[in-house]
Amino acid sequence: MAKAELTQLDVEAIYPANLIEGDPSFTQVTQEVAGITEWPKPPRAWYIAFAIALTLLGILGACLTYLVVTGVGVWGNNQPVAWGWPIVNFVFWVGIGHAGTLISAVLFLFRQDWRTSINRFAEAMTIFAVACAGLFPAVHVGRIWFAYWLFPIPNQMSMWPNFRSPLLWDVFAVSTYATVSLLFWYMGMIPDLATIRDRANTKIRRMAYGVFSLGWSGSNRHWHRYERAYLLLAALATPLVLSVHSVVSFDFAVAQTPGWHTTIFPPYFVAGAVFSGFAMVVTLMVPARQFFGLKHIVTMRHLENMNKVILTTGMIVGYAYMTEFFMAWYSGNQYEAFAFVNRAFGPYAWAYWTMVSCNVLFPQLFWFRKLRRNLWVMYPIVLLVNVGMWFERFVITVTSLSRDFVPSSWQYFKPTAIDMLTFLGSFGLFATLFLLFVRFLPMIAVAEVKTVLPTAHAHGHKKEEGE
Amino acid sequence: MTHQNEIHGILAEYETVDGIMHAAEQVRDSGFRHWDCHTPFPVHGLDDAMDVKPTILPWIVLAGGITGLVAGMLMQWWMNAVDYPYVISGKPDWSIPANIPVAFETTVLFSAFAALFGMFILNKLPQWYNPLFRKERFSRATSDRFFVVIEAKDAQFDPKKTAEFLTSTGASAVELVDVPDEPTSPPFGFKAVAAIMTALVLLPPAMIAASRSSTTEETRFHLVPNMDFQQKFKAQTAPLGLENHPLFADGTATLKPIDGTIAQGDLGKSDPSNAAYSGLRDGKPVTEFPKGVVIDEAALENGREQYNIYCATCHGDSGKGDGMVARRAASIGQTWMVTNLLDERIVEQTPGKVFETITKGINTMPGYAAQMSAANRWDVILYLKALQKAQAAK
Repeated sequence: MAKAELTQLDVEAIYPANLIEGDPSFTQVTQEVAGITEWPKPPRAWYIAFAIALTLLGILGACLTYLVVTGVGVWGNNQPVAWGWPIVNFVFWVGIGHAGTLISAVLFLFRQDWRTSINRFAEAMTIFAVACAGLFPAVHVGRIWFAYWLFPIPNQMSMWPNFRSPLLWDVFAVSTYATVSLLFWYMGMIPDLATIRDRANTKIRRMAYGVFSLGWSGSNRHWHRYERAYLLLAALATPLVLSVHSVVSFDFAVAQTPGWHTTIFPPYFVAGAVFSGFAMVVTLMVPARQFFGLKHIVTMRHLENMNKVILTTGMIVGYAYMTEFFMAWYSGNQYEAFAFVNRAFGPYAWAYWTMVSCNVLFPQLFWFRKLRRNLWVMYPIVLLVNVGMWFERFVITVTSLSRDFVPSSWQYFKPTAIDMLTFLGSFGLFATLFLLFVRFLPMIAVAEVKTVLPTAHAHGHKKEEGE
Repeated sequence: MTHQNEIHGILAEYETVDGIMHAAEQVRDSGFRHWDCHTPFPVHGLDDAMDVKPTILPWIVLAGGITGLVAGMLMQWWMNAVDYPYVISGKPDWSIPANIPVAFETTVLFSAFAALFGMFILNKLPQWYNPLFRKERFSRATSDRFFVVIEAKDAQFDPKKTAEFLTSTGASAVELVDVPDEPTSPPFGFKAVAAIMTALVLLPPAMIAASRSSTTEETRFHLVPNMDFQQKFKAQTAPLGLENHPLFADGTATLKPIDGTIAQGDLGKSDPSNAAYSGLRDGKPVTEFPKGVVIDEAALENGREQYNIYCATCHGDSGKGDGMVARRAASIGQTWMVTNLLDERIVEQTPGKVFETITKGINTMPGYAAQMSAANRWDVILYLKALQKAQAAK
């Protein structure tokens, strides 16, 4: 019978201890989260980070200006690799943008209460990542003043876009996802903005937060409809988040290029997106909880849960890599078989094995509880996952295009300095938006965190009902 | 509180979730209708305690979703199958599988808008002014305190009795909320800023509307030059922007032929007495096919081909003057006529006369010397003669 005895760890796994450490009161939670936006000065690290972010943003602006006034020839894109870094970067960023809605919507539907500590943060990350993602296809069209042709806008040419093209599905999928994520994020923030409004000690703060909190008064009749709207948005966002990366994968899968034309792409892309998104959340969360004193709200348990998701989705991605090879062999198609042999052993073998080691090998360390709860171990791993997932998109996009059916058209792809600086600059856009977010907006869902505190439940009342 | 201000209601504060829950049950059971609880987070169980009826929001979202689905489908059908159909890889103009992704996205988009804005409308948000916000105490409603508000418009409301009742429910504080008599106005400068912003926002559409409804003799302003001006060499002119860097000294991009150069097949051109090139003998059109013109079946076949390329568009395949251009001219009311080549007048013309007409043109017909070589012109005349004979056969 000794075997059946539960250890402390098992008990914790079955009946989680309090999600928030230290059993804070409602007042403390308000003070600790909303209070951050009222600090007279952010930590020194924030200033350093913001200076770097603005520099990178400036680089992005310079690169894009140069691109627009010169033309897409400033990039390494050329035949046969007409989709170079811009599309790789687009898929990379839009993939990162999946964690937010997954945490907010899918974990909400599965009643994973631990999400309350991290959902606001992850949603913000989603929106900023999608903003970076949207940038790349927009500038990739070449003459960006015609980018409006992507949308069904009545025009003097009496022309409409082609709705049978996956590229147009992508326009709808990504713009819908951006819009719905923004609505979801904003709606979730209204009660917290009202909290900051009610604590405001200057007129400007009261007006600024007052306008955006729409006069929220915490009325229970309002909460009733608000919660229903939240549930509905979560239910809508769940299929949406799965559809977005599926549609992105159609951009590749509908084409007949060897290495792209496979039905495995949609689930494989979605798993990869969740994988990279969670890695980015951990990447940002670890320093943020450190610098803003939120370690008891975003606990090691939250980080551990995210690391478990990273381990799981990392293995799904690894399984997809294997399946691709199996299908290439099993199809008996020489072009398909060549595409994969070429990936692993061709001129881009270095990129392929970087991808495999970052995405499949290193996350295996998360099997060990000690390691996935250790900041010094998890941080390098999530950084490597970010790198590995960029390389996954690079491998898919570039290896297939650089060597397709006719050997006479093969060409090795070389990026230019502008390619690299533009990608680097997109981190500037992401980081600038993010640093402004943590400075001025509630980075943790204050009202939602309160609902998972033990004091949020009417215990005496429940007993009465039970009797 | 000695004033005649209108009363908004009575505010009672509670410190715990249990406190507000019990209070809500008592207020509900006392039969109040116009009242509410204000809490920093959604307190589960409070809906039952307050007897809040389920919201109709899901139905609004369903309506939004159906609208989005129908709109998405109709949009794709109308744009790609009706208003602007074009063939892409032989795919059908309208096929459900290809149109599912976009219709799905519009469904989700419309539903999401319905959920958010439906919630706003049902909750009457935004509602930036609320008498409760004037109470210092109430600012904790979004942080750590729980409130019950019974409004004065409730039939059972009585300032004194209601306050006593709320105190008896365990409230830690009870306060009267009045409606101030001075009208609440936006802060100083708010209106001015709003007016200026509105004007600025309206400026671009006004400028667009003005330029669209007027004409100008100014040169078009090329905001984006696209490829309107290209640096390239044309045969007879120096390229734009490269006037000072012509390929050749005379400012052109192509060389003129060296004096005395003769193009292939043009050897006889220089001899005016060679009727095969000039169609003339002693200055008059020849009456027969001149020497040097080969008359055989191959020539006739070539003549037919040339006729169908250059002549048939106006004169018609049969020579009756009923080609596409002629029919079009007639249909838009042009008064000029294309000559019927089967006319007696034309049939009687000598080969030399027809050659002259083809070479130099006549009336509205231009000369074809630049398009057709002399040999081809003779072949066309040969074919024309055959055509006239064939059409005359009854």
